[in-house]
Amino acid sequence: MVQFTLPKNSKVTNGKVWPHPHGAVNLTELHVYRWNPEDGQNPRIDTYFVDRDDCGPMVLDALIWIKNKIDPTLTFRRSCREGICGSCAMNIDGTNTLACTKGMDEVKGVIKIYPLPHMPVVKDLVPDLTGIYAQHAAIEPWLKTVTPPPEKEWIQTHEDRAKLDGLYECILCFCCTTSCPSYWWNADRYLGPAVLLQAYRWLIDSRDEYTGERLDHVEDPFRLYRCHTILNCSKACPKGLNPAKAIAEIKRLLVERQT
Amino acid sequence: MSGSNSSIRTPMARARGFGSAKRGTEHFWAERVTGVALIPLTFVLVGVLVFLAGKDHASVLQWLANPLLAIPLVLAIATGTHHMKIGMQVIIEDYVHSEPIKFGALMANTFFSYALGATGAFAVLKIAFGG
Repeated sequence: MVQFTLPKNSKVTNGKVWPHPHGAVNLTELHVYRWNPEDGQNPRIDTYFVDRDDCGPMVLDALIWIKNKIDPTLTFRRSCREGICGSCAMNIDGTNTLACTKGMDEVKGVIKIYPLPHMPVVKDLVPDLTGIYAQHAAIEPWLKTVTPPPEKEWIQTHEDRAKLDGLYECILCFCCTTSCPSYWWNADRYLGPAVLLQAYRWLIDSRDEYTGERLDHVEDPFRLYRCHTILNCSKACPKGLNPAKAIAEIKRLLVERQT
Repeated sequence: MSGSNSSIRTPMARARGFGSAKRGTEHFWAERVTGVALIPLTFVLVGVLVFLAGKDHASVLQWLANPLLAIPLVLAIATGTHHMKIGMQVIIEDYVHSEPIKFGALMANTFFSYALGATGAFAVLKIAFGG
């Protein structure tokens, strides 16, 4: 059966309450998931207080502030700090999103921060995404043609180019995939919303000549049809994209192919 | 694929797995077709039950023998049990990961659904044909 409860060594315990920063008056409280693979301890929730008069407005600013000023062992991924690299995806206030584009003021009360759900944890807020990366690579997300490349670029109409809008913007942060219960239960076989959105991005690219093979790759009771239109993906996407619609479009193409 | 976590395989080997089954669309489409069919059929079923409620045994038998009631009832039973079977199959595949238990559950689901459908259809037909 699917495992609905955490294994004994993954049960989350209360962690350290770090002291208030000296002299700070404008404080925000953060509860942050901590787990160190090297100390043999269960995961714990540490409590930090951030001096808002000394810190930027976003949740990522708070994490960087904590790492610089309070606890250098706090581990998380970040890079662009403007919502385009997808590195700082994590679960904030119960929703998967990017720490760099989530304002601290958007959260009422204590800000609770966990790694992306249901992924193996490397350390603290860093999830192991190698499985998803491999699923993404397996759909061969690049232009594939039988026709030799033209001397200049492959051309397409403005209308066909417009079909890629809402798809090409995906930054592969996997907020959607890790919010999907179907992916939680069947990550080894279901491709998940992010990878399926990418698959659709190449399926409807007018320049691509491998549409049939791409449909073959996803036509599977588990790879595609574990999607039950739960719609957590579209709700979670920090870029405002709609992976559920892309998946529905793939299903439509497959019905169209056989009727 | 269960138990694959305990063996050393590359992430790509896991992602490629057994390859695509190249099926599932007919199952998906059957869910939609039976689902759409069940909208009017459910109204008919409820309507018939409300209509027949309180009537005596002899007149219920007489009404059920009418093809205008018997045919939609048989269709509702057949479509309903098929929809139930393919829906339950998805739930089993979602949550049951032990292969022997999964195969057993899928088989039991098939047996139960068809037995239920056959029993219901037989009951209506027996009445309809004056049994």
